[in-house]
Amino acid sequence: MKPGSVAIVGAAETTKMGVIPDMSVIQLHADAALNAMADAGLKPSDIDGVATAGESPTNIAHYLGITPTWADGTSVGGCSFMLHVRHAAAAINAGMASTILVTHGESGRSRVGAGGWGQSPASLAGQFEAPYGPSGPPSMFTIPVLRYMQDTGLTHEQLAMVAVVQREWAGMNPRATFHDPITVEDVLNSRMIAYPFHLLECCLVTDGGGALILTSADRAKDFPTKPVYIIGTGESVETPMISQMEDFTSSKAFRVSGKKALDEAGISHSDVDHLMIYDAFAHLPIYGLEDLGFVGRGEAGAFIAEGNTRPGAKLPLNTNGGGLSYMHSGMYGMYALQESVRQMRGIAPAQVPGAKISIAHGVGGMFAASGTIIMSNERP
Amino acid sequence: MAWFKASGHGRLFSYVINHRPAPGFQDEAPYAIAVVELDEGPRMMTNLVDVEQTPEALPIDLPLEVTFEQVNEDISLPKFRPAAGGAQ
Repeated sequence: MKPGSVAIVGAAETTKMGVIPDMSVIQLHADAALNAMADAGLKPSDIDGVATAGESPTNIAHYLGITPTWADGTSVGGCSFMLHVRHAAAAINAGMASTILVTHGESGRSRVGAGGWGQSPASLAGQFEAPYGPSGPPSMFTIPVLRYMQDTGLTHEQLAMVAVVQREWAGMNPRATFHDPITVEDVLNSRMIAYPFHLLECCLVTDGGGALILTSADRAKDFPTKPVYIIGTGESVETPMISQMEDFTSSKAFRVSGKKALDEAGISHSDVDHLMIYDAFAHLPIYGLEDLGFVGRGEAGAFIAEGNTRPGAKLPLNTNGGGLSYMHSGMYGMYALQESVRQMRGIAPAQVPGAKISIAHGVGGMFAASGTIIMSNERP
Repeated sequence: MAWFKASGHGRLFSYVINHRPAPGFQDEAPYAIAVVELDEGPRMMTNLVDVEQTPEALPIDLPLEVTFEQVNEDISLPKFRPAAGGAQ
């Protein structure tokens, strides 16, 4: 896409966050969508494009009374919303739609109106991984990490520091699930989930949602909100099975998606003021920092442990508290995008002073997919 | 891509020790879910047998050999145990 040709003019999360037993999945989508429309001063009849994952775009359009000329149901896991933003930007530039709504809602904890877990026994993972007793992402997404530790020297204490630093950010965010500071000892003494991962190195499971509205940058000045321009986008997919990941110490999908977005934006790493890396588990910011090229291979654990991503440091990372401390409904990518928008608008609870460029980098499945969105509050 | 007959030897490439057992695995927990790299190159998920399911007993790169577990009349699963005599 042409950098800066499309802008986010509406952005909001669900009114409540955390435990919402009185709302179903589609109600969470609708609550977030109505909040985003109110943010942008729009009504459903103003929307002509719909993208979502977890629900079908048909359900969302029908429920909200939208008649779209463009729909996208790309569903590659938690980063699907990064891909939706990318596809929406292309669609707007191609004239397929003018005002696109991207929604997410998930009753991750309360499971109201939510589908079941599990994969088909006939799928590749069902045939070649499920027979060995994995019980969801905590026992699968984590499998590459002992190899990473062996090859790079990452320590258990450095891995724990990812959770410690993100709790510092969460302490500044009133909407975060957890606020109280934690120590490395707290992390390493928390319940073992799947060695080497303890409870505090695994994401929350909560209810919530979020929505974005995109339009052309030329129209953005007509909206009441401060436009947040899309200046770079990337996406990729790698493998449906964690055991078949090409390199256990690096995500190919991360590398491809991140490079595409950075090249498109025409920026260098030193231009980036704020960074969100989808953290379903504590190793993801480590892989993300390296695969996006912010640090060299094997350096990210020390980079975080030495304090380079904490409040006031040079590379503010996961400033909402992340999936580890803010919230994680299941498909967290929407919340990373929302925090990047808040930072670019200058309204984040833990605002990075003067931030002009933000990256929201997502993972889908278990290193299965990736999407990267680079935003700026200045039109290039 | 081509078919070939693997030797059944490999090494412990990476793993977790799962403390939250999947249905049917309650009696096993905590148990390792491992990825073995075969000497011929491919990697596959597996369980480890005839060895303690502890970090101390399971160093990365531990030499392994295949053993087949008969699950029922139709299905047998390839699992791995420490190789007799160590590295091949």
